[in-house]
Amino acid sequence: MDQNLKIELGKQGIFVTTIQELYNWGRRSSVWPMQFGLACCAIEMIATTMARYDMARFGAEVFRPSPRQADLMIVSGTVTKKMAPQVVRLYNQMAEPRYVIAMGACAISGGPFKQGYNVLKGIDRYIPVDVHIPGCPPRPEALLQAFITLQKKIDGQHLTGEDRPRFLNADAQGEFPVPEQGAHDLEPTSNRGVWPVEIHGTRTRN
Amino acid sequence: MASSPYFSLAVLFVAALGFGLAPLGLAWLWARFYAPPKPNPVKNAIYECGLVSKGDAWVQFRSAYYLYGIIFLIFDVEAVFLLPFAVAFTGLSTAACAAMLVFVLLLVEGLAWAWAKGVLTWA
Repeated sequence: MDQNLKIELGKQGIFVTTIQELYNWGRRSSVWPMQFGLACCAIEMIATTMARYDMARFGAEVFRPSPRQADLMIVSGTVTKKMAPQVVRLYNQMAEPRYVIAMGACAISGGPFKQGYNVLKGIDRYIPVDVHIPGCPPRPEALLQAFITLQKKIDGQHLTGEDRPRFLNADAQGEFPVPEQGAHDLEPTSNRGVWPVEIHGTRTRN
Repeated sequence: MASSPYFSLAVLFVAALGFGLAPLGLAWLWARFYAPPKPNPVKNAIYECGLVSKGDAWVQFRSAYYLYGIIFLIFDVEAVFLLPFAVAFTGLSTAACAAMLVFVLLLVEGLAWAWAKGVLTWA
């Protein structure tokens, strides 16, 4: 439907919508994040849900302690190589549609601990990340900004057609392999489905 | 049929049933057409803390503590009776004193039996 006609009709008091718009409106207005924090960014995440920043304004105040009931994973903090398999496994156990916000420098790239032997250099090596927030740690406003960005992303998704998101596509993969502890690093070092760049080099730098 | 006194009740029943079943049916249809299920072993795992569960939930617990509890009860009940027995000892008749001694001996016999059975040895 033509956007201008819709606005014109709206001025006359006639509300026109589509099933897709209603569906996306419902989903973006009731995103349930998973209740888990990894490091200092989690403190900012907690602050975001409290009265001062009030994430409830966007319909995301219900943090669930079980992956089965959550559809947003906020990776808030440093992902150590010991913790990475658990994070990926939790992501696998979330119900579709599921989204990921990588919060802070550590979750994006390893941050200040990038040269460390035991820190994963970004969670997007194993799971698809929807929104990245830079910062160390990002302020609650930044998390809200990321959440609004995610809502816009959900709003733009199509129910049918070739560009429909992964969870609506029956052929797209639903399982993301859980890495295991190898002799020197996680094995595999990345999921090539979501991280197409090959990782090589010495074990402290990759 | 419409004249039956239960007709309105039946209409309400069908409406209530539809009110409950229609959303369920719609959700089912929506899931059928738009939400393909993608089960896999990791997703279907029972434990949901991110860790893989180990071993079996059907394990045996030792009953040793239960035996200790029973023996403790012997001394506990004995103490409850021994205190009034000691307070009223000088005024008691011979029959009452004998009855009380029989009671204590019964408990001691139980303890001796447990001791002989090796219950008091925690291993």
